[in-house]
Amino acid sequence: MSSRIDADEKSARTTRRRFLQGGTAVAGGAVLGPSAAARAEADNLPPNVPEWMKVPGDPTGGQPYGTPSPFEKGVVRNISKTLKQYISASSRTPLQELDGIITPNGLFYERHHGGVPIIDPAQHRLMLHGLVERPLIFSMDDLRRFPSESRIHFLECSGNPGYIKPYGKTASDLVGLVSCAEWTGVSLKLVLQEAGLKPEAKWVVAEGADAAALTRSIPIEKCLEDAMLVYSQNGERLRPQQGYPLRLLLPGFEGNMSVKWLRRLHVTAEPVYSREETSKYTDLLPDGTAREFSFYMEAKSIITRPSGGQRLSAPGFHEITGIAWSGHGKVARVEVSVDDGKSWQDARLQEPVLTRALTRFRLPWRWDGQSAVIQSRAVDETGYAQPTLAELLAVRGENYFYHNNAIWPWRIAADGEVTNALA
Amino acid sequence: MRWRDTCGIAFAFMLCAFSNQSQAQSPYGIGRPATAAEIAGWNIDIGRDGSNLPKGDGSVSRGREVFAQQCASCHGEKGEGGLGDRLAGGQGTIRTAKPIRTVGSYWPYAPTLFDYIRRAMPQNAPQSLSDEDVYAVSAFILNLNGLVGADAILDAKSLAAVRMPNRDGFVGDARPDVK
Repeated sequence: MSSRIDADEKSARTTRRRFLQGGTAVAGGAVLGPSAAARAEADNLPPNVPEWMKVPGDPTGGQPYGTPSPFEKGVVRNISKTLKQYISASSRTPLQELDGIITPNGLFYERHHGGVPIIDPAQHRLMLHGLVERPLIFSMDDLRRFPSESRIHFLECSGNPGYIKPYGKTASDLVGLVSCAEWTGVSLKLVLQEAGLKPEAKWVVAEGADAAALTRSIPIEKCLEDAMLVYSQNGERLRPQQGYPLRLLLPGFEGNMSVKWLRRLHVTAEPVYSREETSKYTDLLPDGTAREFSFYMEAKSIITRPSGGQRLSAPGFHEITGIAWSGHGKVARVEVSVDDGKSWQDARLQEPVLTRALTRFRLPWRWDGQSAVIQSRAVDETGYAQPTLAELLAVRGENYFYHNNAIWPWRIAADGEVTNALA
Repeated sequence: MRWRDTCGIAFAFMLCAFSNQSQAQSPYGIGRPATAAEIAGWNIDIGRDGSNLPKGDGSVSRGREVFAQQCASCHGEKGEGGLGDRLAGGQGTIRTAKPIRTVGSYWPYAPTLFDYIRRAMPQNAPQSLSDEDVYAVSAFILNLNGLVGADAILDAKSLAAVRMPNRDGFVGDARPDVK
C-alpha cells in the first residue's frame, strides 16, 4: 500500500521535473514564468537538499537499451532541414558536444547513397569472386568464425567541408562528417587468402547491398595492408546506418570507399570505373582535368571547444581542445595559435595516439577578454602539415570540392561569442 | 613409440590430403564455393570497355518513353536536372570557372551509364528496369548529349564504342599538392 503511494508520488515528481526541464529548455517558462523555474532550480541548490535525493530513482532495467539523460536531448546528429531529398544525403556528428576520441554509435556521421537498408543477417551473404582460385560465399556466421581483431580508426567523408561559402557556423557544420570508433571484424587479407588471389589480381571491387548497390574499386595493396571486414562498432553490432550486418573499413581512405552493407568483392585486374569513381568522387582542377582515385584523407584538425556557436562565459582560464587525424598515419604534433596565426605552440596530445584514428589535443589558455582568433594545425608522422584554405584554393581552385583539410580559425569576440573566422 | 609417431604424421598428412581435395588450399576452410550461376546472378559490374554488358539492345525512341515515365520527374524531361543530377549539356564548361558536370560533359566512359542506371536507378525502384530498357535509357541520355543519333539502337558493342568527350580528362592523385 505505502509502496504504491511512494511510486505514485515519485512518478508525479518525475513528471514535474521533466515538465520543468522541458519548460525551461523549450518554452522559456511560458506557462510557469521564469521566476518559478528559477525558484525550482534554486530549491535544488545548496544549502537545500535536491529533490532527486528524496525519492528513489527510476527502476533498474527500466531502459533495456540505455539512452542519454533527457538533459542531453539536444546532442543529436546535425541534419540539414533544407535538402532536396534524404535518400542520398548525409548527417553530421555534433563534434563540439563530444569529448575524447570515440564517437558514440548513435552520433556517428551518416552518408547514404540509396537510403538505409534493414538487412536480416541470416539472409545476408558475402560473395568473393573474380581473379581468385576459389570463388566463395560467406554467411555472417562464417565470417565470425575467422580470427577477429579490433582497431580504432576514424572515418571521414571526402567532402568535409567544401571549398566555397557558405561555410558552417559550428564545428559540426564544418567538419562533422568525421567520426571515430573501435571496429571489430576480420582482416580482409585473411578472407582474400581463403579464396586465393591469382597473380593478376590488382583491384578489388566492393559492392553494397543498398539501393544504390554502391560500388568502389580498391587497390589490392590497401586490401592486403589494413582493410577490415567489420561487423561490430564500439563493442556492439554495427548500426544499420553503418552497414549492418557487414561493412568494409579502409582506414585513412575517403569514407564512401568503406562500403556499407557489403555483399560482394570482385577481384579484378583494373578498376571498374564505377559512377562513384568517375563522375562523383573525383576532384576537378582549374585546368579542367580531374584527379581520380584520390583515396587518402590528409592531416587535419579542428578546435571543438571553444568553437562556433559557443560562448566563453568569462575571461580567465579556458582549456582549448579539439581533434586531429591523418589518413597517412599517426598525428605527430598539433600546434595551436591564439593570436590569429602570429605564433604557434604545441598542444598536448592525449594518449593513445593511434594510426588513422582521431587524436584529442588540449592546450591550457587564459583568455584576456579581448577579441581573439584561435586555430589548430596538425602535422602527421610523414611530416605533412595541415595547410590553410588559401593555400589549398591556390592549387586546387574552387571546384575541387573534395578533400578540403584546411586549418579552420574561430573568432572570439570581446563578449565571448565564438564564430567562424572565415565565414 | 617411433612407429606410432610415424603413423600419426602419416595420418595427419592423409587428413591434409583429404581436406585439400575438398577445400583446395583454403587456410581456414570457411565459406562454401560460389557457383557460376550464383556469380552471374550477382555480378552486375560493367567494365569501362563494356565487358560484362548483357545481351539485348535499346533504341533512343524507346529510351525517350522510359525516361519520361521513370526518370524525368527527378532529372527533368530533357535531363536538365531537378531533384536529381543534371544529365545533359555542359560540354565545354569543364575548364571554366563554372563547370557543369553532366554525363556528356564529364563522364569518361559510356558503359558506366549502363552500369549505374541498372544498379541504382530509378532511385525509388533500382534494378527494376529490363536490360533492354537500360540500353534504351542509356541511348536516350547519350542522344540528349549529342553523342548518338536520334535513330541509334545501342547494344553491348555499340555502347562500348561511344567515345565520351571527357574521356582523357582524368589524371592521377598528385597530393600532397600543398607542402
